[in-house]
Amino acid sequence: MQKEFIISGFGGQGILFIGKLLAYTGMKNDYQVSWLPSYGPEMRGGTASCNVIISDDAIGSPLVTEATEVIAMNGPSFVKFEKSVAKGGTLYYDSSLVQPTPTRDDINYVGVEATKLATEMGMGKLANMFLVGKVLKESKVFELDVVFEALKGLVPAKKPELYDLNKKAIEAGANL
Amino acid sequence: MSEKVLMKGNEAIAEAAIRSGCKLFFGYPITPQTEVSAYMSKRMPQVDGLYLQAESEVAAINMVYGAAAAGARVMTSSSSPGISLKQEGLSYIAGADLPCVIINIVRGGPGLGGIQPAQSDYFQATKGGGHGDYNLVVLAPSTIQECVDLTYKAFDIADHYRVPVMIMGDGMLGQMMEPVSFPEHDDSVSFDKSWACDTTGMKRKKNIVNSLYINPDELETLVWERQKRYDLITENETRAESFFCDDADIVLVAYGTIARVAMNAVKKARAMGIKAGLIRPITLWPFPEQEIADIAKTAKSFLSVEMSTGQMVYDVKLAVNGKCPVEFYGRTGGVVPVPQEILDKIVEISKKL
Repeated sequence: MQKEFIISGFGGQGILFIGKLLAYTGMKNDYQVSWLPSYGPEMRGGTASCNVIISDDAIGSPLVTEATEVIAMNGPSFVKFEKSVAKGGTLYYDSSLVQPTPTRDDINYVGVEATKLATEMGMGKLANMFLVGKVLKESKVFELDVVFEALKGLVPAKKPELYDLNKKAIEAGANL
Repeated sequence: MSEKVLMKGNEAIAEAAIRSGCKLFFGYPITPQTEVSAYMSKRMPQVDGLYLQAESEVAAINMVYGAAAAGARVMTSSSSPGISLKQEGLSYIAGADLPCVIINIVRGGPGLGGIQPAQSDYFQATKGGGHGDYNLVVLAPSTIQECVDLTYKAFDIADHYRVPVMIMGDGMLGQMMEPVSFPEHDDSVSFDKSWACDTTGMKRKKNIVNSLYINPDELETLVWERQKRYDLITENETRAESFFCDDADIVLVAYGTIARVAMNAVKKARAMGIKAGLIRPITLWPFPEQEIADIAKTAKSFLSVEMSTGQMVYDVKLAVNGKCPVEFYGRTGGVVPVPQEILDKIVEISKKL
Protein backbone atom coordinates (compact mmCIF):
# COMPACT_ATOMS: atom_id res chain seq x y z
CA MET A 1 0.00 0.00 0.00
CA GLN A 2 1.13 3.54 -0.71
CA LYS A 3 -1.38 6.21 0.30
CA GLU A 4 -0.45 9.86 0.22
CA PHE A 5 -2.72 12.41 1.85
CA ILE A 6 -2.86 16.17 1.86
CA ILE A 7 -5.22 17.46 4.55
CA SER A 8 -5.95 21.15 4.62
CA GLY A 9 -8.34 23.71 6.04
CA PHE A 10 -8.61 26.42 8.68
CA GLY A 11 -6.58 26.26 11.87
CA GLY A 12 -8.93 24.99 14.58
CA GLN A 13 -10.79 22.52 12.37
CA GLY A 14 -8.67 19.62 13.56
CA ILE A 15 -6.73 19.32 10.31
CA LEU A 16 -3.51 18.18 11.96
CA PHE A 17 -5.45 15.70 14.10
CA ILE A 18 -6.92 14.02 11.02
CA GLY A 19 -3.36 13.48 9.83
CA LYS A 20 -2.21 12.29 13.20
CA LEU A 21 -5.06 9.77 13.41
CA LEU A 22 -4.23 8.36 9.98
CA ALA A 23 -0.48 8.21 10.68
CA TYR A 24 -0.95 6.71 14.14
CA THR A 25 -3.34 4.07 12.81
CA GLY A 26 -0.79 3.20 10.15
CA MET A 27 2.00 2.90 12.69
CA LYS A 28 -0.12 0.67 14.96
CA ASN A 29 -0.71 -1.60 11.96
CA ASP A 30 2.98 -1.89 11.06
CA TYR A 31 3.03 0.43 8.09
CA GLN A 32 5.75 2.98 7.49
CA VAL A 33 4.26 6.42 8.09
CA SER A 34 5.22 10.07 8.01
CA TRP A 35 3.31 13.16 9.13
CA LEU A 36 4.58 16.52 7.98
CA PRO A 37 2.73 19.69 9.01
CA SER A 38 2.89 23.06 7.40
CA TYR A 39 4.29 25.25 10.13
CA GLY A 40 4.64 28.93 10.51
CA PRO A 41 2.64 31.85 11.79
CA GLU A 42 -0.52 29.76 11.71
CA MET A 43 -3.32 30.36 14.14
CA ARG A 44 -7.01 29.74 14.66
CA GLY A 45 -8.72 30.97 11.51
CA GLY A 46 -5.51 30.85 9.45
CA THR A 47 -4.58 27.98 7.19
CA ALA A 48 -3.35 24.61 8.40
CA SER A 49 -2.30 21.61 6.38
CA CYS A 50 -0.35 18.41 6.70
CA ASN A 51 1.04 15.66 4.49
CA VAL A 52 0.64 12.04 5.56
CA ILE A 53 2.19 9.03 3.85
CA ILE A 54 1.26 5.45 4.72
CA SER A 55 3.37 2.86 2.96
CA ASP A 56 4.55 -0.74 2.95
CA ASP A 57 8.07 0.46 2.19
CA ALA A 58 10.49 2.97 3.70
CA ILE A 59 9.27 6.50 2.99
CA GLY A 60 11.51 8.72 0.91
CA SER A 61 10.40 12.29 0.58
CA PRO A 62 7.81 13.12 3.27
CA LEU A 63 6.46 15.87 1.03
CA VAL A 64 3.31 14.90 -0.85
CA THR A 65 3.13 16.31 -4.35
CA GLU A 66 0.83 13.72 -5.93
CA ALA A 67 -1.78 12.86 -3.35
CA THR A 68 -3.96 9.78 -3.64
CA GLU A 69 -6.39 11.60 -1.33
CA VAL A 70 -6.81 15.30 -0.64
CA ILE A 71 -9.10 16.43 2.15
CA ALA A 72 -10.07 20.11 1.80
CA MET A 73 -12.06 21.66 4.63
CA ASN A 74 -12.23 25.16 3.20
CA GLY A 75 -12.42 26.89 -0.17
CA PRO A 76 -8.80 28.06 -0.44
CA SER A 77 -7.61 24.49 0.26
CA PHE A 78 -9.82 23.12 -2.53
CA VAL A 79 -8.32 25.57 -5.01
CA LYS A 80 -4.76 25.22 -3.76
CA PHE A 81 -4.55 21.43 -3.62
CA GLU A 82 -6.81 20.35 -6.50
CA LYS A 83 -3.73 20.28 -8.71
CA SER A 84 -1.89 18.11 -6.19
CA VAL A 85 -4.29 15.18 -6.55
CA ALA A 86 -2.69 12.31 -8.46
CA LYS A 87 -4.47 11.17 -11.61
CA GLY A 88 -7.30 8.88 -10.52
CA GLY A 89 -7.11 10.20 -6.97
CA THR A 90 -9.90 11.76 -4.96
CA LEU A 91 -10.53 15.22 -3.60
CA TYR A 92 -12.80 15.11 -0.52
CA TYR A 93 -14.23 18.42 0.61
CA ASP A 94 -16.62 19.85 3.14
CA SER A 95 -19.45 20.94 0.86
CA SER A 96 -21.06 23.03 3.58
CA LEU A 97 -17.98 25.29 3.53
CA VAL A 98 -16.64 24.85 0.00
CA GLN A 99 -18.29 26.03 -3.20
CA PRO A 100 -16.69 23.45 -5.50
CA THR A 101 -15.09 24.74 -8.68
CA PRO A 102 -13.78 21.53 -10.24
CA THR A 103 -11.35 22.06 -13.11
CA ARG A 104 -10.14 18.49 -13.70
CA ASP A 105 -11.79 15.46 -15.27
CA ASP A 106 -9.10 12.93 -14.28
CA ILE A 107 -9.82 12.92 -10.54
CA ASN A 108 -12.84 12.17 -8.36
CA TYR A 109 -14.65 14.76 -6.28
CA VAL A 110 -16.52 13.74 -3.13
CA GLY A 111 -18.37 16.44 -1.23
CA VAL A 112 -19.66 15.87 2.30
CA GLU A 113 -21.73 18.41 4.22
CA ALA A 114 -19.54 17.66 7.20
CA THR A 115 -19.80 20.89 9.17
CA LYS A 116 -23.56 21.22 8.62
CA LEU A 117 -24.36 17.62 9.56
CA ALA A 118 -21.97 17.60 12.51
CA THR A 119 -23.49 20.82 13.83
CA GLU A 120 -27.01 19.39 13.47
CA MET A 121 -25.91 16.42 15.55
CA GLY A 122 -24.46 18.76 18.17
CA MET A 123 -20.91 17.83 17.26
CA GLY A 124 -19.85 20.93 15.34
CA LYS A 125 -16.22 20.62 16.33
CA LEU A 126 -16.04 17.08 14.93
CA ALA A 127 -16.76 17.87 11.28
CA ASN A 128 -13.21 16.69 10.61
CA MET A 129 -14.14 13.20 11.84
CA PHE A 130 -17.22 13.11 9.58
CA LEU A 131 -14.89 13.61 6.65
CA VAL A 132 -12.50 10.99 7.97
CA GLY A 133 -15.38 8.51 8.11
CA LYS A 134 -16.24 9.18 4.49
CA VAL A 135 -12.61 8.98 3.39
CA LEU A 136 -12.10 5.67 5.21
CA LYS A 137 -15.19 4.17 3.64
CA GLU A 138 -14.37 5.32 0.09
CA SER A 139 -10.59 4.89 0.09
CA LYS A 140 -10.60 1.64 2.11
CA VAL A 141 -7.25 2.65 3.54
CA PHE A 142 -8.21 1.15 6.92
CA GLU A 143 -11.20 -0.71 8.32
CA LEU A 144 -13.20 1.41 10.75
CA ASP A 145 -12.49 -0.95 13.67
CA VAL A 146 -8.76 -0.57 13.16
CA VAL A 147 -9.11 3.20 13.34
CA PHE A 148 -11.29 3.03 16.46
CA GLU A 149 -8.66 0.89 18.15
CA ALA A 150 -5.96 3.44 17.28
CA LEU A 151 -8.19 6.31 18.40
CA LYS A 152 -8.02 4.93 21.95
CA GLY A 153 -4.31 5.72 21.98
CA LEU A 154 -4.83 9.32 20.91
CA VAL A 155 -7.67 10.42 23.19
CA PRO A 156 -6.28 12.25 26.24
CA ALA A 157 -6.53 10.09 29.37
CA LYS A 158 -8.28 12.94 31.17
CA LYS A 159 -11.04 13.18 28.54
CA PRO A 160 -12.11 9.60 27.80
CA GLU A 161 -15.55 10.79 26.62
CA LEU A 162 -13.86 12.16 23.48
CA TYR A 163 -13.36 8.61 22.27
CA ASP A 164 -17.09 7.91 21.97
CA LEU A 165 -17.76 11.29 20.36
CA ASN A 166 -15.03 10.88 17.74
CA LYS A 167 -16.11 7.32 17.05
CA LYS A 168 -19.72 8.40 16.61
CA ALA A 169 -18.68 11.16 14.19
CA ILE A 170 -16.51 8.79 12.12
CA GLU A 171 -19.35 6.25 11.95
CA ALA A 172 -21.83 8.93 10.91
CA GLY A 173 -19.45 10.08 8.16
CA ALA A 174 -18.93 6.53 6.94
CA ASN A 175 -22.69 5.98 6.70
CA LEU A 176 -23.33 9.01 4.50
CA MET B 1 13.84 -1.86 22.06
CA SER B 2 10.88 0.16 23.29
CA GLU B 3 7.46 0.22 21.67
CA LYS B 4 7.13 2.52 18.69
CA VAL B 5 5.74 5.98 19.30
CA LEU B 6 4.81 8.73 16.87
CA MET B 7 7.02 11.72 17.59
CA LYS B 8 8.27 14.96 16.11
CA GLY B 9 11.98 15.15 15.36
CA ASN B 10 12.43 17.93 17.90
CA GLU B 11 10.78 15.87 20.64
CA ALA B 12 12.67 12.70 19.69
CA ILE B 13 16.02 14.50 19.98
CA ALA B 14 15.06 15.87 23.40
CA GLU B 15 13.92 12.47 24.70
CA ALA B 16 17.04 10.79 23.32
CA ALA B 17 19.23 13.38 25.05
CA ILE B 18 17.55 12.66 28.38
CA ARG B 19 18.03 8.92 27.88
CA SER B 20 21.70 9.64 27.10
CA GLY B 21 22.07 11.03 30.60
CA CYS B 22 21.80 14.69 29.71
CA LYS B 23 20.61 16.36 32.90
CA LEU B 24 21.09 19.99 31.94
CA PHE B 25 19.49 21.94 29.13
CA PHE B 26 19.94 25.64 28.48
CA GLY B 27 18.09 27.20 25.59
CA TYR B 28 16.09 29.99 24.16
CA PRO B 29 13.01 29.42 21.96
CA ILE B 30 13.09 29.91 18.20
CA THR B 31 11.04 28.41 15.38
CA PRO B 32 11.36 25.68 14.08
CA GLN B 33 13.05 23.99 17.09
CA THR B 34 10.97 25.31 19.99
CA GLU B 35 9.55 21.83 20.70
CA VAL B 36 13.02 20.80 21.92
CA SER B 37 12.79 23.44 24.65
CA ALA B 38 9.13 22.73 25.35
CA TYR B 39 9.76 19.00 25.72
CA MET B 40 12.80 19.58 27.93
CA SER B 41 10.85 21.92 30.19
CA LYS B 42 8.30 19.15 30.75
CA ARG B 43 10.66 16.17 31.06
CA MET B 44 13.74 17.52 32.87
CA PRO B 45 11.98 17.97 36.23
CA GLN B 46 10.75 14.34 35.98
CA VAL B 47 14.34 13.04 35.83
CA ASP B 48 15.76 15.45 38.43
CA GLY B 49 17.38 17.41 35.65
CA LEU B 50 17.41 21.12 34.99
CA TYR B 51 15.70 22.99 32.19
CA LEU B 52 16.55 26.64 32.06
CA GLN B 53 15.32 29.19 29.55
CA ALA B 54 18.18 31.64 29.38
CA GLU B 55 17.78 35.36 28.72
CA SER B 56 19.45 34.94 25.32
CA GLU B 57 21.28 32.46 23.13
CA VAL B 58 24.59 33.99 24.20
CA ALA B 59 23.74 33.33 27.84
CA ALA B 60 22.56 29.79 27.04
CA ILE B 61 25.80 28.74 25.34
CA ASN B 62 27.88 30.17 28.18
CA MET B 63 25.78 28.22 30.68
CA VAL B 64 26.59 25.16 28.57
CA TYR B 65 30.27 26.16 28.79
CA GLY B 66 30.07 26.26 32.58
CA ALA B 67 28.14 23.02 32.95
CA ALA B 68 30.48 21.19 30.55
CA ALA B 69 33.48 22.49 32.52
CA ALA B 70 31.92 20.94 35.62
CA GLY B 71 31.78 17.58 33.81
CA ALA B 72 28.03 17.42 33.19
CA ARG B 73 26.32 16.04 30.09
CA VAL B 74 24.76 19.20 28.72
CA MET B 75 22.91 20.32 25.62
CA THR B 76 21.58 23.44 23.99
CA SER B 77 19.37 23.85 20.97
CA SER B 78 18.49 26.60 18.54
CA SER B 79 17.90 27.46 14.91
CA SER B 80 20.10 29.38 12.49
CA PRO B 81 20.03 32.98 13.82
CA GLY B 82 20.32 31.68 17.37
CA ILE B 83 23.22 29.42 16.40
CA SER B 84 25.02 32.46 14.97
CA LEU B 85 24.75 34.09 18.38
CA LYS B 86 26.29 31.00 19.99
CA GLN B 87 29.42 30.97 17.83
CA GLU B 88 31.69 32.80 20.28
CA GLY B 89 30.75 30.36 23.01
CA LEU B 90 31.32 27.38 20.72
CA SER B 91 34.82 28.57 19.89
CA TYR B 92 35.61 28.92 23.61
CA ILE B 93 34.15 25.49 24.37
CA ALA B 94 36.24 23.94 21.60
CA GLY B 95 39.29 25.88 22.84
CA ALA B 96 38.74 24.59 26.37
CA ASP B 97 38.35 20.98 25.13
CA LEU B 98 34.88 20.55 26.58
CA PRO B 99 32.21 18.07 25.51
CA CYS B 100 28.66 19.20 24.80
CA VAL B 101 25.88 18.73 22.26
CA ILE B 102 24.37 21.52 20.18
CA ILE B 103 21.23 21.13 18.09
CA ASN B 104 20.70 23.29 15.00
CA ILE B 105 17.32 22.90 13.32
CA VAL B 106 18.19 25.00 10.30
CA ARG B 107 15.88 27.61 8.75
CA GLY B 108 16.36 29.90 5.78
CA GLY B 109 18.84 32.77 6.08
CA PRO B 110 20.81 34.99 6.09
CA GLY B 111 19.75 37.37 8.84
CA LEU B 112 16.42 36.50 10.39
CA GLY B 113 15.63 34.90 7.04
CA GLY B 114 12.53 32.74 7.28
CA ILE B 115 11.27 29.83 9.33
CA GLN B 116 11.03 27.15 6.64
CA PRO B 117 13.58 24.32 6.22
CA ALA B 118 17.06 25.04 4.84
CA GLN B 119 20.61 23.67 4.77
CA SER B 120 22.33 26.99 4.34
CA ASP B 121 24.26 26.72 7.63
CA TYR B 122 26.55 24.00 6.24
CA PHE B 123 29.59 26.27 5.98
CA GLN B 124 29.00 27.68 9.45
CA ALA B 125 28.69 24.22 10.97
CA THR B 126 31.51 22.45 9.16
CA LYS B 127 34.06 25.19 8.52
CA GLY B 128 34.24 26.81 11.90
CA GLY B 129 31.58 29.42 12.49
CA GLY B 130 33.52 30.79 15.41
CA HIS B 131 37.17 31.85 15.30
CA GLY B 132 40.30 29.75 15.56
CA ASP B 133 41.52 26.33 14.48
CA TYR B 134 38.70 24.08 15.57
CA ASN B 135 35.99 21.80 14.26
CA LEU B 136 32.62 20.69 15.45
CA VAL B 137 31.65 17.11 14.80
CA VAL B 138 28.48 17.55 12.72
CA LEU B 139 25.88 14.79 12.48
CA ALA B 140 23.04 14.96 9.95
CA PRO B 141 20.05 12.67 10.63
CA SER B 142 17.55 12.05 7.84
CA THR B 143 14.78 10.23 9.74
CA ILE B 144 13.28 10.65 13.18
CA GLN B 145 14.72 7.30 14.22
CA GLU B 146 18.14 8.52 13.18
CA CYS B 147 17.57 11.67 15.28
CA VAL B 148 17.41 9.33 18.28
CA ASP B 149 20.32 7.13 17.30
CA LEU B 150 22.62 10.05 16.47
CA THR B 151 21.71 11.92 19.66
CA TYR B 152 22.86 8.89 21.68
CA LYS B 153 26.01 8.83 19.56
CA ALA B 154 26.61 12.59 19.84
CA PHE B 155 27.01 12.52 23.62
CA ASP B 156 29.42 9.60 23.46
CA ILE B 157 31.56 11.20 20.75
CA ALA B 158 31.59 14.48 22.71
CA ASP B 159 32.71 12.80 25.93
CA HIS B 160 35.16 10.41 24.30
CA TYR B 161 37.07 13.05 22.34
CA ARG B 162 36.25 16.08 24.54
CA VAL B 163 34.73 18.03 21.66
CA PRO B 164 31.46 19.86 20.99
CA VAL B 165 29.16 17.87 18.68
CA MET B 166 26.42 19.44 16.59
CA ILE B 167 23.32 17.67 15.33
CA MET B 168 22.15 19.52 12.26
CA GLY B 169 18.63 18.97 11.00
CA ASP B 170 16.26 21.21 9.12
CA GLY B 171 12.83 22.57 9.95
CA MET B 172 11.14 19.68 8.17
CA LEU B 173 12.96 17.09 10.29
CA GLY B 174 12.20 19.00 13.47
CA GLN B 175 8.49 19.34 12.73
CA MET B 176 7.59 16.04 11.11
CA MET B 177 6.43 12.94 12.97
CA GLU B 178 7.47 9.36 12.26
CA PRO B 179 7.36 6.18 14.31
CA VAL B 180 10.38 5.93 16.53
CA SER B 181 11.65 3.57 19.19
CA PHE B 182 14.20 4.27 21.86
CA PRO B 183 16.82 1.53 22.08
CA GLU B 184 18.07 0.74 25.56
CA HIS B 185 20.83 3.27 26.22
CA ASP B 186 24.17 1.69 27.02
CA ASP B 187 25.07 3.34 30.32
CA SER B 188 27.95 0.96 31.01
CA VAL B 189 30.54 3.00 29.10
CA SER B 190 32.19 5.56 31.33
CA PHE B 191 34.28 8.50 30.27
CA ASP B 192 37.26 10.08 31.94
CA LYS B 193 36.19 13.34 33.53
CA SER B 194 39.15 13.76 35.85
CA TRP B 195 39.75 17.12 34.17
CA ALA B 196 36.39 18.53 35.28
CA CYS B 197 36.06 21.50 37.60
CA ASP B 198 33.83 19.77 40.07
CA THR B 199 34.71 19.70 43.72
CA THR B 200 38.26 18.62 44.68
CA GLY B 201 37.03 17.23 47.98
CA MET B 202 40.37 18.55 49.31
CA LYS B 203 41.88 15.39 47.81
CA ARG B 204 43.47 16.63 44.61
CA LYS B 205 44.87 19.74 42.98
CA LYS B 206 42.30 22.03 41.46
CA ASN B 207 41.54 21.67 37.76
CA ILE B 208 41.51 24.67 35.46
CA VAL B 209 39.38 25.00 32.33
CA ASN B 210 40.60 27.78 30.11
CA SER B 211 41.05 28.80 26.50
CA LEU B 212 43.57 31.62 27.01
CA TYR B 213 47.23 30.84 26.30
CA ILE B 214 49.42 33.92 25.94
CA ASN B 215 52.56 31.99 25.04
CA PRO B 216 52.38 31.14 21.31
CA ASP B 217 54.46 27.96 21.64
CA GLU B 218 52.18 26.66 24.33
CA LEU B 219 49.05 27.51 22.30
CA GLU B 220 50.48 25.98 19.14
CA THR B 221 51.27 22.75 20.98
CA LEU B 222 47.73 22.54 22.34
CA VAL B 223 46.15 23.30 18.95
CA TRP B 224 48.20 20.57 17.27
CA GLU B 225 47.35 18.12 20.01
CA ARG B 226 43.68 18.88 19.42
CA GLN B 227 44.26 18.43 15.71
CA LYS B 228 45.49 14.89 16.41
CA ARG B 229 42.19 14.18 18.12
CA TYR B 230 40.37 15.55 15.06
CA ASP B 231 42.42 13.13 12.95
CA LEU B 232 41.30 10.29 15.21
CA ILE B 233 37.69 11.39 14.87
CA THR B 234 38.08 11.45 11.09
CA GLU B 235 39.52 7.95 11.21
CA ASN B 236 36.96 6.47 13.58
CA GLU B 237 33.72 8.37 13.24
CA THR B 238 33.24 9.24 9.56
CA ARG B 239 29.95 7.83 8.35
CA ALA B 240 28.00 7.72 5.11
CA GLU B 241 25.43 5.53 3.45
CA SER B 242 25.39 4.72 -0.25
CA PHE B 243 22.66 3.37 -2.50
CA PHE B 244 22.94 1.95 -6.04
CA CYS B 245 26.49 3.30 -6.34
CA ASP B 246 28.23 0.14 -7.61
CA ASP B 247 27.28 0.70 -11.24
CA ALA B 248 26.11 4.32 -11.04
CA ASP B 249 27.03 6.81 -13.75
CA ILE B 250 25.50 9.77 -11.96
CA VAL B 251 26.03 9.86 -8.20
CA LEU B 252 23.93 12.26 -6.15
CA VAL B 253 25.27 13.52 -2.84
CA ALA B 254 22.66 14.77 -0.38
CA TYR B 255 22.24 14.79 3.39
CA GLY B 256 19.41 15.04 5.90
CA THR B 257 15.82 15.09 4.69
CA ILE B 258 16.93 16.12 1.19
CA ALA B 259 18.70 12.79 0.85
CA ARG B 260 15.22 11.23 1.08
CA VAL B 261 13.85 13.48 -1.64
CA ALA B 262 16.94 12.71 -3.75
CA MET B 263 16.37 8.99 -3.15
CA ASN B 264 12.91 9.27 -4.76
CA ALA B 265 14.51 10.95 -7.77
CA VAL B 266 17.20 8.27 -7.99
CA LYS B 267 14.59 5.50 -8.01
CA LYS B 268 12.61 7.29 -10.73
CA ALA B 269 15.79 7.74 -12.77
CA ARG B 270 16.59 4.03 -12.42
CA ALA B 271 13.08 3.21 -13.61
CA MET B 272 13.85 5.29 -16.70
CA GLY B 273 17.07 3.33 -17.31
CA ILE B 274 19.44 6.02 -16.02
CA LYS B 275 22.09 4.58 -13.74
CA ALA B 276 21.82 6.95 -10.80
CA GLY B 277 23.08 6.41 -7.27
CA LEU B 278 23.13 8.28 -3.97
CA ILE B 279 25.69 8.92 -1.26
CA ARG B 280 24.26 10.26 1.98
CA PRO B 281 26.86 11.76 4.31
CA ILE B 282 25.79 11.09 7.91
CA THR B 283 28.76 12.99 9.32
CA LEU B 284 29.19 16.36 7.59
CA TRP B 285 32.38 16.88 9.57
CA PRO B 286 34.32 14.66 9.24
CA PHE B 287 33.17 14.55 5.63
CA PRO B 288 33.12 11.09 3.97
CA GLU B 289 35.88 11.99 1.50
CA GLN B 290 37.19 8.47 1.07
CA GLU B 291 33.76 7.00 0.30
CA ILE B 292 33.23 9.63 -2.38
CA ALA B 293 36.77 9.26 -3.76
CA ASP B 294 36.25 5.50 -4.10
CA ILE B 295 33.01 5.90 -6.02
CA ALA B 296 34.58 8.67 -8.16
CA LYS B 297 36.85 5.99 -9.66
CA THR B 298 33.87 4.52 -11.53
CA ALA B 299 31.21 7.26 -11.64
CA LYS B 300 30.90 9.60 -14.62
CA SER B 301 29.37 12.58 -12.85
CA PHE B 302 28.43 13.78 -9.37
CA LEU B 303 25.46 15.94 -8.41
CA SER B 304 25.31 17.69 -5.05
CA VAL B 305 21.71 18.42 -4.04
CA GLU B 306 21.21 20.89 -1.22
CA MET B 307 18.80 23.37 0.27
CA SER B 308 21.35 26.15 -0.17
CA THR B 309 23.04 28.01 -3.00
CA GLY B 310 25.83 25.43 -2.98
CA GLN B 311 27.93 24.74 0.10
CA MET B 312 28.56 20.99 0.50
CA VAL B 313 29.33 20.90 -3.24
CA TYR B 314 32.82 22.26 -2.43
CA ASP B 315 33.54 19.29 -0.17
CA VAL B 316 32.25 16.96 -2.87
CA LYS B 317 34.60 18.62 -5.38
CA LEU B 318 37.56 18.23 -3.03
CA ALA B 319 36.73 14.54 -2.52
CA VAL B 320 36.16 13.85 -6.24
CA ASN B 321 39.43 15.68 -6.87
CA GLY B 322 38.87 16.33 -10.57
CA LYS B 323 38.16 12.72 -11.52
CA CYS B 324 34.79 13.69 -13.04
CA PRO B 325 32.47 16.69 -13.23
CA VAL B 326 30.60 17.78 -10.09
CA GLU B 327 27.27 19.46 -10.70
CA PHE B 328 24.95 21.23 -8.31
CA TYR B 329 21.22 21.59 -7.82
CA GLY B 330 19.82 23.66 -4.99
CA ARG B 331 16.77 25.46 -3.67
CA THR B 332 17.08 27.90 -0.83
CA GLY B 333 15.29 30.37 1.40
CA GLY B 334 13.02 27.66 2.82
CA VAL B 335 11.95 26.08 -0.47
CA VAL B 336 12.14 22.29 -0.42
CA PRO B 337 12.90 20.65 -3.77
CA VAL B 338 10.48 18.00 -5.04
CA PRO B 339 11.73 14.75 -6.60
CA GLN B 340 10.70 15.82 -10.13
CA GLU B 341 13.02 18.85 -10.12
CA ILE B 342 15.95 16.68 -9.10
CA LEU B 343 14.99 14.07 -11.68
CA ASP B 344 14.96 16.77 -14.38
CA LYS B 345 18.51 17.68 -13.41
CA ILE B 346 19.59 14.01 -13.51
CA VAL B 347 18.07 13.64 -16.99
CA GLU B 348 19.86 16.83 -18.11
CA ILE B 349 23.19 15.47 -16.87
CA SER B 350 22.57 12.04 -18.43
CA LYS B 351 22.25 13.66 -21.85
CA LYS B 352 25.74 15.09 -21.47
CA LEU B 353 27.39 11.75 -20.62
